[in-house]
Amino acid sequence: MRIGIGLPNTTPGADGTLLLEWARRADAGPFSSVAVLDRLVYDSIEPFAALSAAAAITSRVRLATMIAIGPLRGAAMLAKQAEAVNTLSGNRFTLGLAVGARRDDYTAAGVDHRTRGATLSEQLAYLRGRGTDGMQVLVGGSSGPALQRMARYADGYAHGGGPPRAFASAATKARAAWSDLGRPGEPALWGQGYFALGDTERGTDYLRDYYSFTGPFATQIAAGNLTTARAIKDFVRGYADAGCEELILLPTVSDIHEVERLAEVLD
Amino acid sequence: MKVTIVGAGPAGLYLGILLRTADPANEITILERNAPDATFGWGVVFSEETLGALRDADYPTYLEITDTFARWDAIDIHYQGESLRSRGHGFSAIARRRLLAILQRRCAELDVVLRFGVEVDDVAALAAETDVLVGADGVNSVVRRADESTFGASVTPQGCKYVWFGTDLVLDAFTFIFRETEHGLFQVHAYPFDENTSTFIVECPEHVWRRAGLDTMTEQESIAFCQDLFADELGGHTLMSNKSVWLDFPLVRNRLWHSANQAGNTVLIGDAAHTAHFTIGSGTKLAMEDSIVLAQAFVRHPASIESALVDYELERSPTVERFQQAAGQSAEYFRRVGRHTHLEPVRFAFNLLTRSGRITHASLSVRDPKTVATLDSSFAGGRAVTPPPMFAPLELRDVRLTNRAVHQVSTVDKIAGAADTGVGLVLVGPVAVSAEGRITPESSTVDSLRPTTGATVGVLLSHAGRRGATRPPTQGVDLPLPADQAWPLLAPSTLPYTPGSAVPKAMDADDMASVRTAFADAARKAAAAGLDLALLDLAQGHLLASFLSPLTNKRDDEYGGSPEARLRYPLEVLAAVREVWPEDRPLGIRLTVADWARGGLTEDDGVSMAERFAEAGVDLIQISAGHTVPNSQPEYRRGYLTALADRVRNEARVTTLVGGYLTTADEVNTIIGAGRADLCVLEGPC
Ligand SMILES: Cc1cc2nc3c(=O)[nH]c(=O)nc-3n(C[C@H](O)[C@H](O)[C@H](O)COP(=O)(O)OP(=O)(O)OC[C@H]3O[C@@H](n4cnc5c(N)ncnc54)[C@H](O)[C@@H]3O)c2cc1C
Repeated sequence: MRIGIGLPNTTPGADGTLLLEWARRADAGPFSSVAVLDRLVYDSIEPFAALSAAAAITSRVRLATMIAIGPLRGAAMLAKQAEAVNTLSGNRFTLGLAVGARRDDYTAAGVDHRTRGATLSEQLAYLRGRGTDGMQVLVGGSSGPALQRMARYADGYAHGGGPPRAFASAATKARAAWSDLGRPGEPALWGQGYFALGDTERGTDYLRDYYSFTGPFATQIAAGNLTTARAIKDFVRGYADAGCEELILLPTVSDIHEVERLAEVLD
Repeated sequence: MKVTIVGAGPAGLYLGILLRTADPANEITILERNAPDATFGWGVVFSEETLGALRDADYPTYLEITDTFARWDAIDIHYQGESLRSRGHGFSAIARRRLLAILQRRCAELDVVLRFGVEVDDVAALAAETDVLVGADGVNSVVRRADESTFGASVTPQGCKYVWFGTDLVLDAFTFIFRETEHGLFQVHAYPFDENTSTFIVECPEHVWRRAGLDTMTEQESIAFCQDLFADELGGHTLMSNKSVWLDFPLVRNRLWHSANQAGNTVLIGDAAHTAHFTIGSGTKLAMEDSIVLAQAFVRHPASIESALVDYELERSPTVERFQQAAGQSAEYFRRVGRHTHLEPVRFAFNLLTRSGRITHASLSVRDPKTVATLDSSFAGGRAVTPPPMFAPLELRDVRLTNRAVHQVSTVDKIAGAADTGVGLVLVGPVAVSAEGRITPESSTVDSLRPTTGATVGVLLSHAGRRGATRPPTQGVDLPLPADQAWPLLAPSTLPYTPGSAVPKAMDADDMASVRTAFADAARKAAAAGLDLALLDLAQGHLLASFLSPLTNKRDDEYGGSPEARLRYPLEVLAAVREVWPEDRPLGIRLTVADWARGGLTEDDGVSMAERFAEAGVDLIQISAGHTVPNSQPEYRRGYLTALADRVRNEARVTTLVGGYLTTADEVNTIIGAGRADLCVLEGPC
């Protein structure tokens, strides 16, 4: 299993300098990829812009959206942005797409929330219709229709987070969908989890805030924050056993030392 | 910490005990509407694994509970005048009344305040006066109902009627009785729980219950009815009532089990939070385990009640979800068990034992090698030393498959590799009946079929219909070819498959004649190439399947409209093929049994269609579902098509082949052994 690290594009106080230094260190470190999140109505750096910047100062790591909310952008614009990052990075881009979880992102983007699933399918058909060779596409979502969409159009599955057994069960479903659609081989399987090794309280507060729109679930998500070396190691082992191919560990505090702290734990 | 618990059932009482033993400073009050000794029900069953948890949680109650246990390890299945015993299951049971008495005494010993005869209705007021309010008030929980939207509660009846009796007949096994009557099938779930008494639950589908007139009988009349119905098994013993009325079992689910807000901290445990159908006998166990985990969570999070509640919920919900999944399958099994009464007793029994997916062929062969040996030998004419069901041969017309595993390969060039794996049947396809019927330019057509030696090979003859002319599946499926490489598509109506797909031509009489001829010609070629079996593709939204579904067939001629009209063309094609396909070789279909889409074909429709095709003489049906339209609603998991196969095989009484992501021999042995299908597509590298 490869391990990637999230860039701090949604954590409080992150700026361009931090983001770039983070990417630079990740490129030098043991990580196989850097990944970003996507939220419109939240203080954050736009994911394709963040990855374009990261593309310019990295040479090794893959760059991934984990995930980008497809329907917030028109299909052609989405394809344009994705292809731009892929070109700028010399084919190092992995495009993770899903419908996201926030209604207000849709309102702000002026996009119909009700038809988000169908819109994402159309976007994927458009992207794939252009013969986007060399750009890996992942799709997320846990419902049957989402898994079906993944198997119809993507190269693999982007899991939304949770304990290893949740990943294992989603991976089985993703493989079942893959076979149902008659795809050859196996889907790529990517997972993710949050961590904080320095100021763990601050990290957990951020998660509670970031997910406050989910109501009481925010506490559950925050409770899953990996805050000790032991917790991270167990998590990594659990994901590896469950067949994860690439695990992204996402930061919850905007502290550059988190990169080394994580590297040390993984050593 | 001040904790108020509503409900003195097993969950509430046990939580009271554990909170006091964890920290004597905790002030616990339990409010119960009934008197201490007024309780419903008779005995409850525990499994061995629960007992370990009870021992570690509170040793004195564990000792008392296990001292009074009735213990046994057998399951008896009475069916069609035969009785079959399966061993090695490790049950224990206790009278509910006795369990509650033990827990009440222990509560008193630990100074838990128990207040009986208090019916709670103002939940908010109660919550405001305490640190934590616990809803342990059972299925109809007032605590849950006071804040249904926060909990995201759903309560769904499970579709059968049941009544919970006691009897003075002392059983020595968990006993299932199936009794066919003029009204329909009744079943009994009975088990001992002390030296004088057994629990005796009678269950039947609601329409059977009405037909038998039970909806209008008094309690006494319905006891008499049941006593009479099971007179043989009761052998002169009587049924006893304890508020024993006929009920629906409600499935309770909550998206969240706790709420933490200004009004206070509230948490649900036991049946208030979740129910699991009584046919897997786990409700009390789950309720008491909830209490254990909740009490531990408070110890782990002394500073934050909310964290404790989250921790409790995170730890418990995956387990509970697993049990609810199994319970749902078990409930569904009993709702439809009538369709299995044609199975020979040992397979019927194995089907019953494996109904919820918790017991498989492999696990039963450890617990109960004798029953498994009997099952296995039933596939081999009763010979004693036999391999498991996957390795039983199957005859279809004059073709003999050496085992029940099938590998499905997409193109003709992969046949030889698949044949080397030793599966009983290699199924190649979809193989297009004509160039226009291909899915992609790389799809095999019938002209590429060649004789294969040393393996039994079947072909899935197909016309892709509106899903044709797409790119190869390496990049995705249903991606249309560029216009200059595409070919024209045919369908019953002019509806494109996806918004980006090409618009197909609605078939006219000439198209229908030529496709029918193409299928017949293809079958002739396949026969000449030595193929042993042919399936016509009436699935996956391909051409013939599109005629079946009202979502894709909008025709107003004699081939559209009613179900009968939608079946007409596929049946015509089938007849044309049967005419040219060799008499001694089997001919079947791959059939979409359910569209899994709103307004589409339902499972019931699928079973009726399967019946029609069985009457029309198909020898085999491969089970498929979804894909009629691209945005269907599948529920993927291991074996997600097995339940459909079971319905088709046992209701339409036709030989079935099922896939649905089966990856192990154990899954295949379990499915074949239980008579849910006759052949399984085994996934795997080949
Ligand atoms: C037919 C049948 C057979 C079963 N067999 C088994 C079995 O074999 N094994 C097994 O493990 N489980 C079995 N169960 C399930 C088991 O009975 C329940 O899961 C278990 O009792 C749940 O415990 P509880 O404490 O959550 O709720 P309950 O036992 O239902 O207790 C709730 C308590 O709350 C009280 N209450 C309710 N509302 C109020 C109110 N407003 N104010 C005050 N008090 C209130 C009630 O009077 C009751 O005492 C069976 C269930 C049924 C229906």
